[in-house]
Amino acid sequence: MGLYGDDGIVLRTQKLGEADRIITILTRHHGRVRAVGKGVRRTKSRFGARLEPFTHVDLLLHTGRSLDVITQAETVRPYGAPFVTDYPRYTVGTAMLETAERFTPQEKEPAMRQFLLLVGGLRALGDDSHEPRLVLDAFLLRSLAIAGYAPALDECVLCGAPAPTDAGGSLAFAVPAGGLTCRSCRPAGAATPAARTVALMRALLAGDWATADASERRHQAECSGLVAAYLQWHLEHAIRSLRHVEHLH
Amino acid sequence: MYEGVVQSLIDELGRLPGIGPKGAQRIAFHLIAADPADVRRLAATLVEMTQRVRFCSTCGNVAQEDECQICRDQRRDLSVICVVEEPKDVAAIEKIREFRGRYHVLGGVISPIDGIGPDDLRIRELMARLADGEVTEVILATDPNLEGEATATYLARMLKPLGLRVTRPASGLPVGGDLEYADEVTLGRAFEGRRLLDV
Repeated sequence: MGLYGDDGIVLRTQKLGEADRIITILTRHHGRVRAVGKGVRRTKSRFGARLEPFTHVDLLLHTGRSLDVITQAETVRPYGAPFVTDYPRYTVGTAMLETAERFTPQEKEPAMRQFLLLVGGLRALGDDSHEPRLVLDAFLLRSLAIAGYAPALDECVLCGAPAPTDAGGSLAFAVPAGGLTCRSCRPAGAATPAARTVALMRALLAGDWATADASERRHQAECSGLVAAYLQWHLEHAIRSLRHVEHLH
Repeated sequence: MYEGVVQSLIDELGRLPGIGPKGAQRIAFHLIAADPADVRRLAATLVEMTQRVRFCSTCGNVAQEDECQICRDQRRDLSVICVVEEPKDVAAIEKIREFRGRYHVLGGVISPIDGIGPDDLRIRELMARLADGEVTEVILATDPNLEGEATATYLARMLKPLGLRVTRPASGLPVGGDLEYADEVTLGRAFEGRRLLDV
């Protein structure tokens, strides 16, 4: 492929050798790419500051034998700028980056929808227009939906019967089965979230921010717990950043 | 590939950071050809390092005693602590010969994506050092990258209620560089932190 250009969000950086870094980027057209940023740890590096996590960069890369090499980098938008002075938002943003990395297991396999979702998620987190916890849960749910693992929230995941909509009561949510179940199908160990928590999950999945923003803290907390458990069960992998997410807003 | 001990040497050298199989082979053959006395001295230094080097019980810097040389030095300013990520950063700051306070080595930075949270760093030890009220200023000299900045923000939030002066080294243009080659993030920081020229 030789030289190629693409834009993407920097997901992670790892030190390499004396002054280099391996940069993991979720690109618009080439999916997840791991490339070497040569000399970027030196204070005189021309583009070291542009290759920080959360930064949307326009890149020129050279195909290498095992890792590509970044030859040029221009900042499109530094989404990380507001996060460094706001620790809770930084932890939420990091969980989004790690999730995006986990949902793109194959390098260079195009993942345009995941890329666009990450850009939208980071923008929403940076704008501070919604509670960071809600932005994260919406991102996690929609990442699951893109990968084909969206939880069933409108019907019983086992028999297909319409889910009860008892607004005041609780429903059965079975993480391993993949969503809500009716009373007769309910497996042992299923969670019993409040109906309003399930309504919040539906709103986050559909982008109904008016409903999500109006939700109560207890339902938001319950939703976060369910989404995290559901995500990690179906990914078959723990998202390490989730353990460090702070909810102080 | 090679016979017994030569291959073992190449394998051991290859495990060091930044040294690949080719580099390990080059160093191994250099050692084979070198004066045996030089090689024995290197080996003795490595053994001595494993026996004598430890981490300072106060600041976490590398030391040969229970406390490092800097913590034992009574002439150092006890009212200022400079917080750094690694012992290598202590050496870098010592080179400027400007800072006369003491250090605190965190042992890394907060990096949730790598599973490193505040509890994995020497933050509790830092708070214990600040408890006696002797320290009046804490300089947060973590790296000027995203993780370093986030760690500094986290620490500043913890230190604020203690009523200390919490500072961070300035970021900006490297001395000897051309302005036109500076990236926009660094240049932006340099403009944010501009100072009055009092002539």
